[in-house]
Amino acid sequence: MAKQLDKVDVVTVGMGWTGGIIAAECAKAGLKVKGLERGRDRGTSDYQVIHDELRYAIRYELMQDLSKETITFRNDRKMRALPMRQMGSFLLGEGLGGAGTHWNGMTYRFLPYDFQIKTETEKKYGKNKLSSDYLLKDWGITYDELEPYFDTFEKTIGLSGEDKNPFAGKRSSDYPTPPMKKTPILKMFEKAVSNLGYHPFMVPSANLSETYKNPDGEQLNACQYCGFCERFGCEYGAKSSPETTVIPTALKTGNLDIQFHANAVEIMKNGNKVTGVKYIDTQTREEFIQPADVVVLTSYVLNNAKLLMVSDIGEMYDPDTGKGTLGKNYCYQIEPGTSGFFKDKMNVFMGAGALGMTIDDFNGDNFDHADLDFIHGASISLTQSGNRPILTNPIAPDVPVWGEAFKKASIEGYPRNLFVFGQGASMPHKENFMSLDPVYKDAYGVPLLQLTYNFTQQDINLHQYIGDRTEEIMKEMGAETVVAGSPITDYDIVPYQSTHNTGGTIMGDDPADSVVNPYLQHWDADNLFAVSAGSFSHNSGYNPTGTLGALAYRCAEGIIKYSKQGGSLV
Amino acid sequence: MEKDKKGYSRRDFLKTSGIATGAVIGGGLIGGLVGYNVKREGKTTAPEGGNKEGVPVQRQGGLKFFMSANEFNVISQATERIFPKDDLGPGAIELGVPFFIDNQLAGHYGSNAREYMQGPFYEGAPTQGYQSSLNRGEIFRQGIARLDEEAKKRFEKPFTELEGKQMDEILTAFQKDEVSMNGVTAEFFFKLLRMATLEGVYADPIYGGNTNMDAWRMKGFPGHHASYLQDIEKDTYLELEPKSVSEMGP
Ligand SMILES: Cc1cc2nc3c(=O)[nH]c(=O)nc-3n(C[C@H](O)[C@H](O)[C@H](O)COP(=O)(O)OP(=O)(O)OC[C@H]3O[C@@H](n4cnc5c(N)ncnc54)[C@H](O)[C@@H]3O)c2cc1C
Ligand code: SF4
Repeated sequence: MAKQLDKVDVVTVGMGWTGGIIAAECAKAGLKVKGLERGRDRGTSDYQVIHDELRYAIRYELMQDLSKETITFRNDRKMRALPMRQMGSFLLGEGLGGAGTHWNGMTYRFLPYDFQIKTETEKKYGKNKLSSDYLLKDWGITYDELEPYFDTFEKTIGLSGEDKNPFAGKRSSDYPTPPMKKTPILKMFEKAVSNLGYHPFMVPSANLSETYKNPDGEQLNACQYCGFCERFGCEYGAKSSPETTVIPTALKTGNLDIQFHANAVEIMKNGNKVTGVKYIDTQTREEFIQPADVVVLTSYVLNNAKLLMVSDIGEMYDPDTGKGTLGKNYCYQIEPGTSGFFKDKMNVFMGAGALGMTIDDFNGDNFDHADLDFIHGASISLTQSGNRPILTNPIAPDVPVWGEAFKKASIEGYPRNLFVFGQGASMPHKENFMSLDPVYKDAYGVPLLQLTYNFTQQDINLHQYIGDRTEEIMKEMGAETVVAGSPITDYDIVPYQSTHNTGGTIMGDDPADSVVNPYLQHWDADNLFAVSAGSFSHNSGYNPTGTLGALAYRCAEGIIKYSKQGGSLV
Repeated sequence: MEKDKKGYSRRDFLKTSGIATGAVIGGGLIGGLVGYNVKREGKTTAPEGGNKEGVPVQRQGGLKFFMSANEFNVISQATERIFPKDDLGPGAIELGVPFFIDNQLAGHYGSNAREYMQGPFYEGAPTQGYQSSLNRGEIFRQGIARLDEEAKKRFEKPFTELEGKQMDEILTAFQKDEVSMNGVTAEFFFKLLRMATLEGVYADPIYGGNTNMDAWRMKGFPGHHASYLQDIEKDTYLELEPKSVSEMGP
């Protein structure tokens, strides 16, 4: 029998970015919060021997232990779904800070266009721009409504940037800290894209350009460009992470209690309310029930969907009938790019996770799609995040991948190679969705989440178009050898692409077509909230966490209001 | 071919590294002779800015995973073919890669301790990745035996006694999946072997490879440096003396 604990006001499942934001805001408002985190406690003092590529970037020391839990995957419904036995395509977080510990820190706001993508697309290109297999949808919120929360998130993390992107939505205030340093490598990109008539700007970075104290009083330090950033924690406390910002803020109030090694397995419910969360202590295997007035799922896109599914909350999406919403609109991203080899050696080993320059000239609807066979686009960037030697062995396609020729070419190529890449938007398709796996289980006997996903024609067309743009930029940069990426075929879960999974618990203003309302409050239980990029009904051409952070702040405001007056927030 | 251009063969390698052809001397280990006799200082006492001489960690020879000299010698030769000694600098053996792989296979890498290894097991599509029920330790052990079998089949000699070109022919057959293995494909084993070789070449020397940080020197990767704040905007290419992560911690 599960042991009943004392009731709290709010319980969160997961203590990454979303759990941290919800906990901080609720705790500051005087609510008693319990944070359940399946991983361990950790912080800056644990990152003091972090400059180790093998341990952190390849053996994934800070990330999810897949022996306990993974997902299953298939490209389409005809295939047998099999477990993702090793991480590859995306890298899941675990432990205090979640993936926010080892993220890059590129922090964008989605475009105003994104939030009203269906309306905007139909207005400009008619109803049949994409076939009806694409489940395009407005988000139920506008950029302007979300702007104050973008502002709050950016001030919390001290975002370093410059307001030079002509395509960006309006900002109510400037970036909290100036942009990062513009390196010779970035200047090459800047010059090339300027020559081509585009509009470069420094990537908004959560690796801070200078020391900064956030409005909650948390101190962040200045980035040292150490080159061990993404996949690593920051030994300087210079990368904004949950454990350097929102979590200490929450703890200081005395209103947050974090239970580590607590793996949530079920959301408890009674009628149209949820009553708490059942979890297993992963060290003793004891079961506990944490009762709460409000339950907030902050366990990343995949586990938020899984917990709703195993707890039987909401109607499962059925790709045959199109009915049901849970698991619907799973999206990802595409990564067209061009690699270039230059004559002179460059300091590619230095860098920071979010050190880079970008153009938005081919993102969103910033360019005309009337004669194009796709919608949306990609941010196109060159980043200098620190190339490390095990994973960086650039060679031209005609060079063998091992032996003497490989050794010579990869050593020569290492300091001479740059990469211009797009982060391409991903549109929801009726055949791309999440469900529960009927065969495979996690270490606690709970079914694994199953992913059915493949690239669609929209992805292939967009990939080709953006790929061509990256090639033009690389040529303009003056590379001696330009190697364009190959066209995409089937989605492959093996090579790293991006940890930008979205959808499955989508938001909207109509319960028939969404899982949560624009406060991320569940339609079927008003004291249940699901906060993750799972609420995105498509994925844009940027990294997700800026937009996710804004939605989390808005959700926290909703929870605080709910705890006073109850009922639906919309 | 690259190799012919430079007129550099495995025989030359063996000569320059002081080992007679025949690979095994008195049942000893090639990697042992080469890798472990290279500079064996303890934790560095070098001044700030790095230390070209010392390997900054104490290293002890000895096998933790491989059981026979032959297993070790096959892996030594195979990794050397993947990352050979040449005019740029040392190859896999001299860099201690065989010992690195032995260390890794004895740890959680070898037993896939942090990966999902529950059944049922099915072959799966390439897009679904690793689906073998074998762990990496088992795959390496079988793969090494198959390299040797293939050598005997094709050239009537053990793998370690082949000429470099013959070894390459066999490794290529694995890479192209022309050899059959049980519970895993030869292609998959080859990919593992290639990746493990690169890891051993370029990982921090605390793991037993990248002897003396010489692989980093070849590549121009300076390892751990606390800060590049003063250098990040410089136009000139910086050649820095590498430092190990062991200088960061206790
Ligand atoms: C290498 C890398 C680089 C990235 N770079 C960027 C970037 O530059 N810009 C950007 O915008 N985004 C980036 N991201 C993505 C970013 O990290 C995520 O969007 C963000 O961390 C998501 O926050 P979250 O709270 O939803 O989930 P997470 O941060 O993953 O936190 C979820 C937490 O929930 C816990 N949890 C899960 N299931 C359970 C359970 N059943 N019981 C208890 N606890 C549970 C997990 O252990 C984890 O700690 C990157 C990600 C990676 C991996
Ligand atoms: S690059 Fe900057 S923010 Fe990233 S880990 Fe290094 S010092 Fe920290």
